[in-house]
Amino acid sequence: MELMLRLASLATVLWLATWGLSVPPTYAASPVDVFTFNSIEEEARYRRLIAEIRCPKCMNTNIAGSDATSAQTLRVAVHRLIVQEGKTDQEVLDFMQDRYGDFVLYDPPLSSKTWFIWLLPVGVALVIIGFIFRLLRKTQDLAPPELDLKGLDPATQARLRDIIQD
Amino acid sequence: MNKASFYIPLAVFALIIVSFVLGFGLGNRSELPSALIDKPFPEFSAPDLFRPDQVLSREQIVGRPALVNVWATWCPTCAAEHEMLIKITERADVRLIGINYKDDPDKAIAWLGQFGNPYDLVLVDDQGLLGVELGVYGAPETFLLDPSGAIVYKRVGDVNERIWQQEIKPRLIAMSPDVVHGIDAASR
Repeated sequence: MELMLRLASLATVLWLATWGLSVPPTYAASPVDVFTFNSIEEEARYRRLIAEIRCPKCMNTNIAGSDATSAQTLRVAVHRLIVQEGKTDQEVLDFMQDRYGDFVLYDPPLSSKTWFIWLLPVGVALVIIGFIFRLLRKTQDLAPPELDLKGLDPATQARLRDIIQD
Repeated sequence: MNKASFYIPLAVFALIIVSFVLGFGLGNRSELPSALIDKPFPEFSAPDLFRPDQVLSREQIVGRPALVNVWATWCPTCAAEHEMLIKITERADVRLIGINYKDDPDKAIAWLGQFGNPYDLVLVDDQGLLGVELGVYGAPETFLLDPSGAIVYKRVGDVNERIWQQEIKPRLIAMSPDVVHGIDAASR
């Protein structure tokens, strides 16, 4: 029984060493589309845009990195907008936003629905700054009070200063 | 200081709990709000599934209340909702427009022959670009259009009895009360 187990694990290790490791690595962003471009600049813009547009079907992937049919369709649409219709980057993003909403943009615009997430960091920063100020004021309060020695004669004043400086 | 060291962590904890309750209470997050609600149905030109030489456009689908249903033979949920679509055409005078999304027309025709064809018109969108115009990100999706051609409601996923009763029927009745007829109208 033990021998069988050992043989089985040896076989697994051998299989991994020969087959498992020889399987070519797969990349997250590797859907294969065949597109043609008029220029290298166009292709670069296409690549940048598909990395910037979020896949509506798959929550947290851009359309460059998804195999979902809707992501594939959107890549076709982006290619068409750039190559056939000559749209600028902003026009392509606006096109997607008009049809799929803010969701497709990884950089949501400031609006009545999103002001909270935009202003939250500012609010947190203000609270922290306020807190630091309060701490600073407290430590100032702890500093030794100025001595009020006016009513005393010069000899006593000198003696008191001596004592404090020690 | 002692008070602060008690209340500040408590406040942070309360904030976390509140954000959890809000966040998890949002419901189905795979359903996106449509950017097209209250917007006019987009212009398009697409061939008719049964007469591929005929090109259909927006004018042919507006003018009356209409349901526009995005479907495909590769989509199991579309098969599941098919019977409900047939029922809807029996219960109401609503025009049902199909968009055959990223599909093979021959398969689509065979599929409608097998399960029945509730559609008044079926548009072919083999590339899915009409789907992009509509913000479609999966099939099935169903849009309700008022007579002016504005999108008043969108359903992502299957149209079932509940969706018909709670979402589509009241909106149809609001558009024109005699659109819905028969038993269904009596029970409203």
